[in-house]
Amino acid sequence: MCLAVPGELLSIEGDDPLARQGQVSFAGLVKSANLAYVPEAKVGDYVLVHAGFAITVIDAEEALRTLAYLAEFDLEELT
Amino acid sequence: MKYVDEFRDPEVARRTAEAIARIATRPWNLMEVCGGQTHSIVRHGIDQMLPEGISLLHGPGCPVCVTPAAMIDTAIAIAGQPGVIFCSFGDMLRVPGESGSLNAARARGADLRVVYSPLDALAIARSYPDRNVVFFAIGFETTAPTTAMAVLQAAREELGNFSILVSHFLVPPAIEALLGDPANGVQGFLAAGHVCTVMGYREYEPIARRFRVPIVVTGFEPLDLLQGIYLCVRQLEQARSEVENQYSRIVRRDGNRPAQDALTRVFVARPQRWRGLGEIPLSGLGLAPAYERFDALHRFPDIVVAPERIGDCISGEVLRGLKKPGECPAFGTRCTPEHPLGATMVSSEGACAAYYRYRRSAMVARRAS
Amino acid sequence: MTETPPVGLGCPIGAAAGDSVELAHGGGGLMTRRLIEDLFRPAFAQSSDDLTHDGAILDIAGARLAFTTDSYVVRPLFFPGGDIGLLAVNGTVNDLAMCGAEPLYLSVGLVIEEGLAMDDLRRVVASMRQAAIAAGVRVVTGDTKVVERGKGDGLYVNTSGVGLLLTPKPIKPQRVRPGDAVILSGDIGRHGIAVMAIREALGFETAITSDCAALVTPVRELLLSGIDVHCLRDLTRGGLATALIEIAEAGNVIIRIEDSIIPVSRPVRGACEILGLDPLYVANEGRFVAFVPPDAAGWAVAILQRHDKDAAVIGYVAAPASRGEVQLKTIGGNRSLDMLTGEQLPRIC
Repeated sequence: MCLAVPGELLSIEGDDPLARQGQVSFAGLVKSANLAYVPEAKVGDYVLVHAGFAITVIDAEEALRTLAYLAEFDLEELT
Repeated sequence: MKYVDEFRDPEVARRTAEAIARIATRPWNLMEVCGGQTHSIVRHGIDQMLPEGISLLHGPGCPVCVTPAAMIDTAIAIAGQPGVIFCSFGDMLRVPGESGSLNAARARGADLRVVYSPLDALAIARSYPDRNVVFFAIGFETTAPTTAMAVLQAAREELGNFSILVSHFLVPPAIEALLGDPANGVQGFLAAGHVCTVMGYREYEPIARRFRVPIVVTGFEPLDLLQGIYLCVRQLEQARSEVENQYSRIVRRDGNRPAQDALTRVFVARPQRWRGLGEIPLSGLGLAPAYERFDALHRFPDIVVAPERIGDCISGEVLRGLKKPGECPAFGTRCTPEHPLGATMVSSEGACAAYYRYRRSAMVARRAS
Repeated sequence: MTETPPVGLGCPIGAAAGDSVELAHGGGGLMTRRLIEDLFRPAFAQSSDDLTHDGAILDIAGARLAFTTDSYVVRPLFFPGGDIGLLAVNGTVNDLAMCGAEPLYLSVGLVIEEGLAMDDLRRVVASMRQAAIAAGVRVVTGDTKVVERGKGDGLYVNTSGVGLLLTPKPIKPQRVRPGDAVILSGDIGRHGIAVMAIREALGFETAITSDCAALVTPVRELLLSGIDVHCLRDLTRGGLATALIEIAEAGNVIIRIEDSIIPVSRPVRGACEILGLDPLYVANEGRFVAFVPPDAAGWAVAILQRHDKDAAVIGYVAAPASRGEVQLKTIGGNRSLDMLTGEQLPRIC
């Protein structure tokens, strides 16, 4: 289940709680997504989009932390 | 692509696979629940990178695979009604019911439209006020909130020509059913990252404790999967059985509250029949009484569907991780992607289709590349 | 049910097929191939050279000609980057070029649905005229039919073409050799995404335009450069993967290509990611692959890059094989690519 893709939120239209939409860019391919489930999303955030809906805002710091952890695999002390 | 490419780095993937090999001291059977994860594993050859002994079983996390044949037949019956515009995600078009697939129904004249989002089906309903527009609402907890919003918008607009055929499934009851089966051989789970994006992962904590299995919430890119596998194997080696979150850039323990609120408003949990697994209590969603008028089964009360027949397909055992696709007597002979016997061969994430596509000819070992 | 003349011994399509033709039979993948092998080849082919992929090579009174035909049923008729007319001319012109021929003359057959706007027909015809001039071919004969409203999807076009072979050596999969470089003329996936975006009303704000184009000039330059081109194939429905699999199977070789060096433009990639499509299988209309000896690869790429900066070597022919296949190098190793079953559709799972 669940093809969901990260994209950059370029703009937000309106504030209707059910039908608030935003323009999201996926590597330059821009498509509208419903933002009802990410009321906290701001322009410039990266959101995860599934079936036309943003279902979360991506945590940039956590992403970096995950990549850093992965980068250190051969240095990691295995206890 | 940001947040995608970084998680496909081949060098880091290789090192992570080596780390798994270093810490694994004995064979372990892991199951990835989500069809999207199966697709990614097979597409990128992740399972070929794992040490001998770490076995990945492909679980029932593919709505295409678990939607009962009877539901497909119902969809076909509705699509064939005069005046109906039947909207569906592309995934469902080739799944065989008892009387063929939605594609075959289109060949016979049904007005079938592929949509990317339930909101597209809603837009079609607004554009064709004198047609009955039915949306095939499939998927797990990731997709159910998108259906919920379509229903909420339809209710607000009093859109009388829009209805949904509900076939939403819930993951945790299926995991419990698998673990409760005495024949179960799964020792650790990679939980579906996008389902958990919506639902969080609190509901997995009692499961991990009760059955003493590690559950790692895992993403979909190669590095996510490898890290998820690493964390799961590490827990097994350390005899821990906790819920860990590999997909932390996306998943939070409490999940997405607005999405969960929409679900509780629009849907109620109910027993659900899973193709190949049978009926599991409280594992499906139905429309809440306030929104029942949007149920396609209420719109078309004359549609009667025959009960499910058991055929040659062993997809149930494959979905439960009891058998690998190659062990099915029909695999590759009577059952191929061109003429599938069951949904696990139809869906591109179905374990059997994935196996068929990517394993049929000998895989050339890394050394030759 | 109308009576049809007997084709052969019983129904040639096996029990697994349904009792009616499905959309997937026209998709260019396995079902199309089965239709050709099970129905058309037994009916028409008199030798194994007949009904080969791109065109027929004919020896007529000493002149070596290529002859090909193609039908166009694209919906919508007009899309970003082109229309059915442009496709129809370029498609046949390109098939002739892929045989190693200089395209010369076309026929045009139109099946028009009653009610089609005359302006639309004018636009299509103007497109065809422009395309023919650009490709250096003349439309010399044609036919027109009109069918009742509701029976034609607007317009169907068939073009057939003849051309003169440019080089004495045949250009076909059977000439492909281990060691040959596989060269792709430009980035993939534009046409399929452009058409799907309009047809399925996907609501892309970014306009992706079809790559529909005549390949006559780059192919001519390649052929006349003196490079011993072994095989050419333009990418159409079924995409790069399908074209390479067909060549591998016809030529009995293993072709190895590398995922990370196949050129895909960013927006096409973005579109494929959100729709869950594999760019390797998305249709193209203005791209081709060339198989050349390894020492000519650099030279061939230089020639093609004059026309498209994305032209690149994407792989090589690894070995002969009794059962040819295409292997894609990925993170975890090499995996064999399969023919598409049915059409690739947007998915959520």
